[in-house]
Amino acid sequence: METTRLTQLHLFHSNHYNVSVLVASPLPNISWAISGTECELQKPNMTENGLGNRVLNMDTMNPNVKRVEYAVRGPIVQRALQIEKELKEGVEKPFTEVIKANIGDAHAMGQKPITFLRQVVALCAYPDLLEDDKFPEDAKNRARRILQACGGGSIGAYSASPGIEIIRQDVAKYIEKRDGGIPSNPDSIYLSTGASDAIVTMLKLLTSGEGKNRTGVMISIPQYPLYSAALAELAAVQISYYLDEDKCWSLDVNELRRAVKAAREHCNPRALCIINPGNPTGQVQSRQCIEDVIRFAAEEHLFLMADEVYQDNVYAEGCQFHSFKKVLFEMGPEYSSVVELVSFHSTSKCFMGECGFRGGYMEVVNMDPEVKLQLTKLVSVRLCPPIPGQALLDLVVNPPQPDEPSYATFIKERTANLDILAEKAKMTEQVLNTVPGIHCNPVQGAMYTFPRLSLPEKAINAAKEKGQAPDMFYCMKLLEETGICLVPGSGFGQRDGTYHFRKHHFLNLYHTLFLSLCRMTILPATEKLKVVLEKIREFHKRFTEEFS
Amino acid sequence: MENLIASSGEAKRLNSRMANRHSHRHQNRVAVRAHHVQTGMWLAQALEPNRSRSVPSPHNNSWEPQGVRKPYMDVIDVSWGDPHGGGVKPLTFVRQVLAACIYPELVESDKLPVDVKQRAQSLLSACDGGSVGSYTLSGGISYIQCSVSNFISRRDGGVPSSPENIFMTSGSQRSLMLVLKLLVHNQASLPAGVLTAVPTYSSFKMMLQRLGAAVVPYYLDEEQGWAMEVEELRRALQASKGVCNTVALYVINPGNPTGHVQSRKCIEKVIRFAAEERLFLMADEVYQESVFGEGSEFVSYKKVLSEMGPPLSHTVELASFHSASKGFMGECGLRGGYVELVNLDPAIMKYAYTIFSTDICAPVTGQLALELMANPPRPGDPSYPVYTQETQSIRAMLVHNMNWVPEFLNNIPGISCQPMMGGAFVFPRLYLPQAAIEKAKVVGMQPDLWYCKRLLEEAGVCVGPGCEYGQKEGTHHIRLCVMTPVETMEEVLKRLKNFHLHFLKEFS
Repeated sequence: METTRLTQLHLFHSNHYNVSVLVASPLPNISWAISGTECELQKPNMTENGLGNRVLNMDTMNPNVKRVEYAVRGPIVQRALQIEKELKEGVEKPFTEVIKANIGDAHAMGQKPITFLRQVVALCAYPDLLEDDKFPEDAKNRARRILQACGGGSIGAYSASPGIEIIRQDVAKYIEKRDGGIPSNPDSIYLSTGASDAIVTMLKLLTSGEGKNRTGVMISIPQYPLYSAALAELAAVQISYYLDEDKCWSLDVNELRRAVKAAREHCNPRALCIINPGNPTGQVQSRQCIEDVIRFAAEEHLFLMADEVYQDNVYAEGCQFHSFKKVLFEMGPEYSSVVELVSFHSTSKCFMGECGFRGGYMEVVNMDPEVKLQLTKLVSVRLCPPIPGQALLDLVVNPPQPDEPSYATFIKERTANLDILAEKAKMTEQVLNTVPGIHCNPVQGAMYTFPRLSLPEKAINAAKEKGQAPDMFYCMKLLEETGICLVPGSGFGQRDGTYHFRKHHFLNLYHTLFLSLCRMTILPATEKLKVVLEKIREFHKRFTEEFS
Repeated sequence: MENLIASSGEAKRLNSRMANRHSHRHQNRVAVRAHHVQTGMWLAQALEPNRSRSVPSPHNNSWEPQGVRKPYMDVIDVSWGDPHGGGVKPLTFVRQVLAACIYPELVESDKLPVDVKQRAQSLLSACDGGSVGSYTLSGGISYIQCSVSNFISRRDGGVPSSPENIFMTSGSQRSLMLVLKLLVHNQASLPAGVLTAVPTYSSFKMMLQRLGAAVVPYYLDEEQGWAMEVEELRRALQASKGVCNTVALYVINPGNPTGHVQSRKCIEKVIRFAAEERLFLMADEVYQESVFGEGSEFVSYKKVLSEMGPPLSHTVELASFHSASKGFMGECGLRGGYVELVNLDPAIMKYAYTIFSTDICAPVTGQLALELMANPPRPGDPSYPVYTQETQSIRAMLVHNMNWVPEFLNNIPGISCQPMMGGAFVFPRLYLPQAAIEKAKVVGMQPDLWYCKRLLEEAGVCVGPGCEYGQKEGTHHIRLCVMTPVETMEEVLKRLKNFHLHFLKEFS
C-alpha cells in the first residue's frame, strides 16, 4: 500500500474523461464477416432476412459472453481483414499490403519452420515416407516411435485425453532437465490444444462460489487478453495488479498485496496468474522476484498459474529464465510441498513458432489428488488434443542429440531463429525510442514491445468524439494510413494517464481504461520490420502535427 | 459416467499385462488401445500409476514382463468410435497432402502424385506466411471455409451456404461446446435445458452438466428402429416445464449409438416442432457419410429446412455440425470439425465470432482434413483411382458389418438388435437373467456395466454399457462400433457369443 503508482481514473488532469462510454460503443463498420478470398460470397436468403424474433437474441444470450473481449482478434484485426479484401478488389490505398503485427505468429511473419520438426511430423502423417532415403534416420526413428504410441499406428486415432503417454513422459524428462534434476511426474502433465486450452481449463476448475465467495483471479495489467476473456466468460472476478512500467514492467509484491487486500472485500481470491517472460510487456522476472511471489502465494493461500510459454525467448543481457517450479523446489519443503502450481508451455512460441499445430502442455504441482481426478475428467470433454500438435511438442521437448544426423542443422536453425528475434527486439526498442512521444522499455524477452505513446490532447478529444479509446483511434488511423495492424494497449488493460500518478486505487481497468499504449509484435522479418518501424515513426510525426 | 471408466480402465490394465507377449501382433486390432477417450476413463488410469510404465521407448525398449494368463490373446476395444485406432487405414490422398503441407519440400519430390502437390501448394498459399504453423482466422482459413460451404451447397442440392457462417474448431465437439456457451447461462431463475435423446453418447451430456444446463431427455423408440417421435418430444418438453427453461433441441442424425437414420418426413416434423416451441436446433450430423441402409438416405436438416420455404426457412435457427473424424476419413486425431450457423440473429453472430475467437483458431491440420473431406479427388485426377478403391473398401466393410452384425446378434439368445441404417454403432438390447441382475446389484454395479466388465475380463472384448448412454428403465444394452475391419468384428462377435452363452448358463 506504500506504493502510489496508480492513478484514479476520473480525478485528475486535463486528459480526464468519462471513459465508460468507450466500453459500450463498438467501433463503427465492424464486420465480423470473413473475406471470401477464393470464392464468390453467396448471400443466401436464409440468413439475410434475419429480423424475426430469434430464440437466441441479445436478451436470451448468455450475458457473460457480452463481457468477453479478445483484443488480439478484436475490431482492429477485423478491419485489417476487411482492408485486405478491399486491396484484393482493387481499392486504392496508400499501401499495398496489410502488415499484421497483432499477434505473435512467427511463421506468418516469415520465420521458417525447423526442418527436423516438420520432417518427423510429415513422416507421421504419411508413414510410406519412412521408405524414402531423403529423410534422415533420426527423423524416421522419432516418427516410428510416435506412431507406435498411436492407436492403430495412426495419428488419425484419438489419444488419451491428457495426451499420448510417451509424450507426457518426454515432457516430464524435459522439465527435469530444464530444472536441474527436480523430478517431474508424467501423470502431472496434461497435453493441450495450445496453451490457451490449458489455461482456460485451469481457470474453469478454479472458479466457484457466489457473491463474496466468488473466485477471484489475480492477473497482471497489462495482461494477455485471453485471461480477462476467460474470466469474463466464467463470471469469475478479475483482480488486477499493475506492473511497473517505470521499472521495466517489473512485478512488485507490495502491489500484489494491495490488490489482494482490496479484492478480499468483495470476492474470494484463489489464484494468481503470472506471465513470465511477460506478454505483452516483455519483462523477465528475476529469481528474487519469483521467490517473493511464491512466498506471497503461500501466505495468501493462492493457486499459482505460471504462463511460461516464452521461456526460450530471453534476449537481454543479464536476464535469465527461471521456472516457477525450479524456484519453488529450491525454496525447500516449507514451500515445495504445499504451494499449488501449474505451469504452461506451448509449441507456438520460442524458436519453433508452430502456432497452427496447437500444441501445448501444463504441469500441475501439489494439486489435491481429488481435484486432479476432476481435472482429468474436465479435459476428457474435449476428447484429446490434436495428435500432430502432440507429436510436434514431443520433438520440441526431445530434440536431436549431438550424435544424431539432424543435430547440426537443428541447432543452426534454432539459433538463427532466436538470434533474429533478439535482433528485432533490440531494433524495435532502439527505433521507437528515437521517436518523440514514444517511449519503449527494453525488451528483455517474449516477442512484443509495449511502447507508451504520448498523444496530443486534440487527438484524445477527437477519439472521444468518435467514441473510441485514444489508442484505438490511433491504431485505426495507423491501419488506414499505413496498413500496419497493431493492437491498442487498451485491449491489454493499462493504467490511466501514465505520467500522472496519484494515490493508488483499485480500479477495474478492464472496463474503464483509456489508453496510451500500443503493442506490436517484434516478429516481422528484420527488413520488413525496419520498414514498419520507419512507417510508424513517420505516421506518429504526422499524427502529432495533425493534432497539435 | 464412472461406469464406463471402470471398464475401459480395465481394458488397459489387461492389455498392459499382456503386452509383453503380444506387442507386435494384431497391429490392426487395437492390440493396446491405451488411450480410450471415453469420458472420465482417465480417472481409472490415474488410479493405476504403474500402468504407464510399460510403454516402449527408445530408452527402454522392452515391455515389462507381467504375463497374466488369459483365455484370449489380446483385448479388442470396440467401445469407442475411433476408426484408425480400430484398424481402419487412413486414405492415402489425405495423408499425402497433409505430409506435403507439413513438409513443403515434398512438393518437389517425385514420390507424390501431381494433384497432391497442386493441392498442397494451393493450401499452403492460403496459409499466412505459406506455413501450416501460422495461426488462422478464428473461423478457419477463408479458403477452406469456402470449400466447406461449397461442399454443403453441393450436398444439399444447391441450397446456398455462406463461408462466413462456417466456424472450424478442434473437432466438432468443440463447436458444440461453443454454441452451447452462447445458449446456456445460469442467470435466469430456471437453468437452461436442452432436449437430448435417450440414448445419447455420454460426452454431450457431460458438456451440458459442465455448463450447468439441464438434460431434458426424450426417448427414441427402440421397437421402431430407434426412430424419433415428435409426440415424445412434446411430452418431454412438457415435463420439463417449471424445472428448466428448455432453449434447444439436440438431434444426432445418423444416430449415435442407435444407427438410426431419420427420414425427411421426420425431419420436417422436428423442424416444425422446433419452430412452434421456439427451440434452437442443434443437428449433429457427423455420421452423414455413413448411411448405407437399404432405403435410407441422409438428408441434412439445413436442406429440409430450406425446402420447407418461408417463413420457417428464414426463421428457424439451426446449428449443423460435421467432422473429419468419421466417415471414410476417420481422422479423429487431427481434430477437425465445423459448425454451420443458419438464421442466427446478426447481433448474435458478432458474439459467436468472439466466442470462437477465444480458441484463437482450430488446429491447421484439422482444417486441412476438412478441406480434403470437402474436396476429394475427382474423376481424372491421378489420385482418383486409389482414392476410390480405398473408400470403396471402407464402404464395403461398413455395408457388410451393418447388415451382418445385427443379424448375427439377433441369432444369439437373449440379445436383440435393431437393423442398422447408418452411423458407426449398433446398440443391441440384452435380456439379462433376473439372477444376473440381482448379482450385479450385490456388487453395486449397473447390470450392463457388470456384464461389460465380465465380458472384458473373460473374453477380452471392450464394449460400452448401455447405462452410459441412457436407456429405458429396466432395459439393458451395449454399444459396439462397427467401423471396424471385418476380421476383427468377426472375432469380437465370436467372443461375445461364447461369453454370452456361458453367462446365460451361469445364471439360468
